[in-house]
Amino acid sequence: MTLKPDYDVIVAGAGHNGLTTAAYLARAGLQVLVVEKNDWIGGAAVSRELHPGWTYSNCSYVCSLLRREIVRDLDLPKYGLQVIPYEGGASFTRDGNYFAYYSDHDALRREMARYSPRDADAYQRYSQAIMRQCRFIRPFLLRDAPDPASLRPRDLGEMAYLVKKAHGLGARELGETLRFWTMSIGDFLNEHFENDLIKAHLAGSGIIGTGLGVYSPGTAYVLLHHYMGDIDGGIGAWGFARGGMGAISAALAASFETHGGTIHTGAGVAEILTQNGRVTGVALEDGKVFNAPVVASNMDIKRTILRHVDRDVLPEDYVRAVDRFKIRGSSAKLNIALDSLPQFPAAPDHASFLRGDMHTSESLPELERAYDDWKIGRWSEKPYIDMLIPSQIDPTMAPPGSHMMTVFVQYAPYDLAVGGTRSGENWDEAQRKAMAETVVNQIEIACPDIRNHILHMEVRSPAELEREVGLTEGNIFQGELTFDQLFFNRPIPGYSDYSTPLKGLYICGSSAHPGGGVMGAPGANAARNILRRETRAGRMKGYAA
Amino acid sequence: MTISPDLTLGLVLGPVHDRLEALSRTRNWYGWAGYAAPASVESVEFEYFALRNQASLFDISPMHKYRLRGRQAEAVLNRLVTRDASKLRPGRVGYAVWCDEEGMVIDDGTLFRLADDDWRLCCQEPMLDWLAEAAWGFDVEIADESYSLAGLALQGPTSFAILDAAGLDVAHLKSFDHAAAEPDLMISRTGFTGDLGYELWMPWDDATAVWDRIWTAGAHLGLRAIGYEAVNIARIEAGFLTAGVDFQPVQATERLNRGLTPFELGLGHMVDFSKGHFNGRRALLSAREAPRSLLMRVDVEGFKPAQGALVYHRKRREVGHITSGIWSPTAKRNIALAHVATPYATRSPTQLWAEVYTQEEGRWEARMARLTPVEGAFFAPPRARATPPARR
Repeated sequence: MTLKPDYDVIVAGAGHNGLTTAAYLARAGLQVLVVEKNDWIGGAAVSRELHPGWTYSNCSYVCSLLRREIVRDLDLPKYGLQVIPYEGGASFTRDGNYFAYYSDHDALRREMARYSPRDADAYQRYSQAIMRQCRFIRPFLLRDAPDPASLRPRDLGEMAYLVKKAHGLGARELGETLRFWTMSIGDFLNEHFENDLIKAHLAGSGIIGTGLGVYSPGTAYVLLHHYMGDIDGGIGAWGFARGGMGAISAALAASFETHGGTIHTGAGVAEILTQNGRVTGVALEDGKVFNAPVVASNMDIKRTILRHVDRDVLPEDYVRAVDRFKIRGSSAKLNIALDSLPQFPAAPDHASFLRGDMHTSESLPELERAYDDWKIGRWSEKPYIDMLIPSQIDPTMAPPGSHMMTVFVQYAPYDLAVGGTRSGENWDEAQRKAMAETVVNQIEIACPDIRNHILHMEVRSPAELEREVGLTEGNIFQGELTFDQLFFNRPIPGYSDYSTPLKGLYICGSSAHPGGGVMGAPGANAARNILRRETRAGRMKGYAA
Repeated sequence: MTISPDLTLGLVLGPVHDRLEALSRTRNWYGWAGYAAPASVESVEFEYFALRNQASLFDISPMHKYRLRGRQAEAVLNRLVTRDASKLRPGRVGYAVWCDEEGMVIDDGTLFRLADDDWRLCCQEPMLDWLAEAAWGFDVEIADESYSLAGLALQGPTSFAILDAAGLDVAHLKSFDHAAAEPDLMISRTGFTGDLGYELWMPWDDATAVWDRIWTAGAHLGLRAIGYEAVNIARIEAGFLTAGVDFQPVQATERLNRGLTPFELGLGHMVDFSKGHFNGRRALLSAREAPRSLLMRVDVEGFKPAQGALVYHRKRREVGHITSGIWSPTAKRNIALAHVATPYATRSPTQLWAEVYTQEEGRWEARMARLTPVEGAFFAPPRARATPPARR
């Protein structure tokens, strides 16, 4: 790898969105440098061998949202990406029973009928409501969110598209859309279902990664956000990246480098350099300086603006808006190396749902209480867990016969309350251990012999996510997915076109529209805007154009 | 077609049918060369992903297998197939096609050179009669091994690790090598999936024991029994042809001029005019310059599979059709094999469109999707060729 002093574009941060932006720009013929503070690439889409022989997807852990247009444009399978769908999931109960979520519609209906015949029939209309909203939203993921206050032709064009789509929905569905964007998942589920366990199972997607409870307005949208991906056209389906989530980053990097791109790891951006109100390059922590008229930041907007840009070159109201941007850590993670497959005594032998996502929450009130703990600065006493054992269908994750378990934990605060003070500094080894103990207790509901199988366990609080990955407060979405900061308000009203008040500085990470998840859409959208506005290359080519 | 594996229907059970029946949840059998073979075992999707991510076991015993032994076996085979068989060394396997006197493809298959004067031909169509005719007057002995030799295809990234766990040493086998791993157990590094994989060949009555041995070894390596529907997805991704689907074997055509030359199937590189006479040589010499159509590998715009679609030039003139079209779950592309009339296939390959029909929620719709020619396989992972092979 030879480094040059000058580039067309520098991308700050080698997360999946930064690499996506970089790969599109390199394909368009630009000279692009990606700089990364860690010695490895991937941001929160990484595969790490932290226990010899076991691979952990130790941040993000499942794949669905990654846009198929991007996968195809950037030829990711050619560069080693293989996505393996998993089937279904289950919620286990303390009395030794379970509710299984099958991907087969009729099997699911039959399973629901075990708990409530009425809910089984209600699922059809519930699912229709969700899927209609997903169909409505999906086309907007790879488009710019129009600024309704702007009269630029492009914004007017996008606005016309939005109006046309909304008109196509009709009055009733449009009403549903607005309800979806603003109501709570708890209220929505209560409208459709009567059984506590079924509601608890479905509610999980509404709270994952967010600092909101099941009864907080806005969580219905968070659920949609988790359903609008697809695998091979199966909307809402989820899977694993073979080799862990780092395989996505590795494929993006290989696609980028094949088209002439350069990645420099081991030194993050110290400062984004400017002259006369325009970006001129970056200075790295190791003292190196690189010049470029355009910098795309994959860091979240708070980190980018408040820590790496001279405040004097930015309008004060913009800086204050960035400071107000909600980005609260709410999730933790356990990554566990298992010596063999643990028992799930409630489940039938070889149940397919054991290969899916498993949970142990039994009701909406229980989930709301888990949120109450978070509000006062404690991890949940009975946390919502989203656990999977990918090594059952991905042989690369653990030695034969052994397994790797990923356990997502909701809720865990960033600013842990200890002795009357709340701070990220409070997350020490003892606190992390105590939280892990709470989580393992919760796993035992499904899997009573789990402790006998644990060879190694990595415990990650929001503070580790911030320290290692760079996500402010450890928020996995680079900013809450609430209506006040979505669409043309994301990240900052007036700047939904990936630009900033500083000429040449772009935001290409999940802080920008359409938000978090390993989607690649913000990265592709940012590349499209950079090409159009900053280069002679003009229009981007491909499905994401 | 789903049929019941009922002996009264004239179907025969394959050598590992007991094992397949015990594993089958879908009970989805189809007729393959007179055998009740699994179209699926558990679920096509799960089987397909086992094939591409772990390993899969598929009974290929219904293939036709012929043994050619004798001083002039090589000469006979060189008269039969279009490639130069003499270049195939003992221990190697070669893909081959063979034609009638008019240069039309009869079938394709794999040719195993077991020793200097000992060969095996493995193919889809019954071929004993045609082989006997080709061998007339030569010093060669032909035996039909179709009912005495069983075959199991072990395919997927953990296939090598499984053979190793079963105590079978195949680390040295390169792609298209074969060797006797044990007496009465030949293993070739071949397959119909384009992935890392092996085919195991053994006496008919040994098949269950070999199946059990592999099955036990694969317990922790993700091994699954699979059916043809999963294999079919993988073979299209690999760009392989299926007789009767992507071309009509000429001996199975009633209508005139439905046969195709190797050149028309994109298999021109399989034809060696420098090796002396072979069946169809004279006809192929003139056909070489004037293929009537071309079987192309194409990437189909959009996300809807183009199976059965008609192909148009500039959206107007009908110039061909899609023979196999799927959304590739691994290559994440909409891929297809298409027969396209020649002036259009070669002169303006970027102006080809498929008229794709879709039926969603009760409504049929037609859409023109642009075709982009693709060179080589749609999915060709490096692990398929790496030696020593990867373990996962």
